[in-house]
Amino acid sequence: MTVSAACYAESTHSMSVGDYIRGSQIWKSIFRHPAPYDRRNRIVVMLTNFFLHLHPVSVKQQGIALSYTWCMGGITFFLFLVETITGVLLMFYYRPTLEWAYQDILALRDVTTLGVMREIHRWGAHAMVITVWLHMYRVFLTGSYKPPREFNWVVGVLLLVLTLLLSFTGYLLPWDQLAIWAITVGSNMARATPVLGHEGPGFQLLNLGGYDLITSGSDARFLLLGSRFVGEETLNRFYILHCVAIPLVAAGLIAIHFWRIRKDGGISQPL
Amino acid sequence: MHVDPFIDPHPNLTPAVLQGLGWLYLVLSVMNVFWCARVLKQDEHVRIRLFGMLGKGVEIPRAASWAIYSSILATIAFMHMSWSSAEYIGKFWLSLTPDGLIESSIDSIVANPVSYFVLSIAGTAMMIFFREWLVKPTVGWIMLNVAILFMALSMTDYDFRQIVGKPDNVPIVALLYLVGGFTWLYFFHAVENDRRLENWDGEGAIPVLNNEDNEKVLVWPDLVYAELICMIAVTTVLIAWGIVLDAPLEEPASSAKTPNPSKAPWYFLGLQEMLVYYDPWLAGVVFPTMIIGGLIAVPYIDFNKVGNGYYVFKQRAFSVITFLFGFLTLWVAMIILGTFLRGPNWNIFGIYEFWDVHKLVALNNVMLSELFWVDLVTPITGFAPEYKNSDPESVKTLMILIREAPGFIALIAYFTVLPPLMAISCLKTFFHRMGFLRYMVFTHFLLMMAALPLKMVLRWTFNLKYLVNIPEWFFNI
Ligand code: HEM
Repeated sequence: MTVSAACYAESTHSMSVGDYIRGSQIWKSIFRHPAPYDRRNRIVVMLTNFFLHLHPVSVKQQGIALSYTWCMGGITFFLFLVETITGVLLMFYYRPTLEWAYQDILALRDVTTLGVMREIHRWGAHAMVITVWLHMYRVFLTGSYKPPREFNWVVGVLLLVLTLLLSFTGYLLPWDQLAIWAITVGSNMARATPVLGHEGPGFQLLNLGGYDLITSGSDARFLLLGSRFVGEETLNRFYILHCVAIPLVAAGLIAIHFWRIRKDGGISQPL
Repeated sequence: MHVDPFIDPHPNLTPAVLQGLGWLYLVLSVMNVFWCARVLKQDEHVRIRLFGMLGKGVEIPRAASWAIYSSILATIAFMHMSWSSAEYIGKFWLSLTPDGLIESSIDSIVANPVSYFVLSIAGTAMMIFFREWLVKPTVGWIMLNVAILFMALSMTDYDFRQIVGKPDNVPIVALLYLVGGFTWLYFFHAVENDRRLENWDGEGAIPVLNNEDNEKVLVWPDLVYAELICMIAVTTVLIAWGIVLDAPLEEPASSAKTPNPSKAPWYFLGLQEMLVYYDPWLAGVVFPTMIIGGLIAVPYIDFNKVGNGYYVFKQRAFSVITFLFGFLTLWVAMIILGTFLRGPNWNIFGIYEFWDVHKLVALNNVMLSELFWVDLVTPITGFAPEYKNSDPESVKTLMILIREAPGFIALIAYFTVLPPLMAISCLKTFFHRMGFLRYMVFTHFLLMMAALPLKMVLRWTFNLKYLVNIPEWFFNI
């Protein structure tokens, strides 16, 4: 037997590829501890990994029971991540101007490689609206909003509103008939805002020397649309709200939501 | 009748539809094979007697009937697939008769706001009332089967497919089945916990589901792996959904061409439906704010400390019933109505009905002030609260207030008389346990929530449009 053949036999015996990789300096520099095969390292992995440290080291059985949580909060969060990733990819192809918005979406449909990202983004958004409702449904039905989790329920309600607003602002971006008319119908309501809408009750209350301060060019709807009708300014406003402002606020609130789950004693348990 | 799919512009059956339905029936059949196996394991028998008198009859396993049902479904699936070519289509018989008895009776119920709303309320109420029967696995399974068969049969109708098959409407179909399924699951757990708590002597750990060996487990691997599997499953569903169904893209935006109907995004259709009964300042601004405010207030209003951390019904009957009505009948059912039944001119259409732009619905709505002054008081007293444009502002305001006094009085009474009245009658214990402020907040949110169905009833019974009608100030209620 040659030396190299002997070495080969030796190495296949004692060391798998996985072991080799896990023994390498690169791997160790990243993970800093042996694979989580034993109890000690299963604890260590939760404490040293940035992503995993969102979780505690151990949880009560009920906290991970699918029949209890329906996994709806987790799925909502995952969908938020999917939307972020596909959304960033779409931003590479989409320009929020009257000239290009529709054309770019057409191109995504017809010529762009992986244009299916638009489908995933849209269906993911619809799915997220549904899962966030179902999550609220289960949180209510398990009474999990009761002390000490009242405040996290409030954070949740804000997240629910933001999820709907994210979906609503995104609806305009394809700039087709479906988009502008849905946004027109939706934002027409703002015209009737009491005091602050120019067709709302009490708008005459805000006036200076007989001149109304609230007109179609200065009311709540104008603030939302940046214009008297759904136009280019609206597209720009909704684009920034959709891609930057609301996601940032939502991400911040999600962080608080998760932090509070831990601080409030984990997933609710029967006492 | 021979329907040629190449000539008929609105074909009820096409080869693609039959193919698709074939797969659906096949999946349903396989599901029922699994169910059959489950039933067989439980080894229950039923006695079948011919006409109730011929001897003692025979004893057969309960699973046998499920086996027969599954094989019928398999046959139907096979039939769909093998007949799904253009030449057979005209002879295909398993479909709803266009405008036949089934279609027209279902449409006459759903295409009417009164029966639709009554049905959704009655459905929710029956679910709560008959929950112990509802949660029997067999009952749940049969209901699932009926729901899927209903969907499959309805798909043989062209107009139904037009509305349900719109890409943006597909999630709402999913929502319907998901909400139904999870509501059932809730009752399944809650009824079991109710039963356990009834027999509990109060000693030791509370004997609810999941709490027997509720030990701590390590997150790695138990949770981390579950999450991984869940993420893969969600990703797979999304990618498959994205490949099968194209995202909608209509004609380029044009502010000159208003589509009819113009609909808000589907998750706001409950609010748009409220526009039928209330003006935009209420339906579009005040009520949404109240919904958000009411949800935020929930944990601070609910003084009942039990029922935290497990599904239960009896310990929290009031809050659960309120929430179920709010979510199921005032939110989900309204979205379904807005999406599937509201057509051109915001008229209501049946699920099998063609969206005819020219459908006319007579509107003869009246105002409370008209009912009160024109029909009742003025003929007797001769006094009418009217003003001329030349009158000074103060006279105008006074006349408007007098004219609308009946509505204002009704509203003020609703919000100020009812809460104390309930505090000494039906909500006595609530008042004592909540304290004044909390009780007031609670009853006002409750009355706000009830305002929608109440206005609906007033509309349907008296054609009442507005309680208070001051177009001069854009103030209509
Ligand atoms: C973007 C939206 C949201 C995300 C990503 C999210 C995420 C989560 C996750 C992952 C959990 C852990 C348990 C579970 O999965 O059920 C959770 C728990 C919780 N969520 Fe949310 N949630 C969102 C919206 C909401 C909403 C709308 C509400 C209520 C109105 C809410 C109230 C709560 C409460 C009270 C808990 C603690 C539940 C318990 O301890 O059993 N969340 N959330």
